[in-house]
Amino acid sequence: MERVPILKIGSTLLVSIQVDLQDQSVQQLQEDVAERIAATGAKGVIIDITAVEIVDSFIGRMLSMIGSMSRLFDAQTVLVGMRPAVAITLVELGLTLDGVQTALNTEKGLRLLSGRS
Amino acid sequence: MDELPIRAGDDVVRVRQQVRAVAGGAGMSLIDQTKVVTAASELARNTLVHGGGGAARIEQVTNARGKPGIRVSFADSGPGIPDVDLALTDGWTTGGGMGLGLSGARRLVDEFSLTTEAGAGTTVVMTKWAR
Repeated sequence: MERVPILKIGSTLLVSIQVDLQDQSVQQLQEDVAERIAATGAKGVIIDITAVEIVDSFIGRMLSMIGSMSRLFDAQTVLVGMRPAVAITLVELGLTLDGVQTALNTEKGLRLLSGRS
Repeated sequence: MDELPIRAGDDVVRVRQQVRAVAGGAGMSLIDQTKVVTAASELARNTLVHGGGGAARIEQVTNARGKPGIRVSFADSGPGIPDVDLALTDGWTTGGGMGLGLSGARRLVDEFSLTTEAGAGTTVVMTKWAR
């Protein structure tokens, strides 16, 4: 199983998903993000999915849960870089990503977070 | 035709990659490729989690008017689905998910059939045509 690295920049955690995600990797990511927020006191999490080719209902639910869980640690999650084909498919699938905010790219995501750190 | 086993989480990833390769070879648009790969991901996971593992058969097909497409069948010999209509309803779940897997996959493709028998397993066949 490949593990998704988490980088810390100031009070923000940056997660850039570069692998074709299997379910276990996403589940592991959820735990890793929780531990890193608790350890660092990060106020924001940016999840970059520019390289992610599909988001199905399981991956979508996990991303949503990372958002809800971060909020319990007083951190805000922004999902950035979603591909147009992924967005269209998510809507048709009927998936709403509750718990996360979205921004077009990492720069805009950081700007969204900077209002509160 | 390719037959891929579905026995572990990384097999689901391999099914996705192979479906994308065949869908691309059939000349499907990026959006249609993404839809059929997403549907395949849902169904492969069902085969693994609910069917206890099985196999996926992936083939490029051509319809009567010469239009290319992709057909994927997922077969397991798991417990079967007791109530298919219920299982295809949005929001119905046994796995603790959101219940969008089966119903969502059906929406993402052009043809979808499900045969199941209690104690004997489930087979789902889906087809999507290039536009």
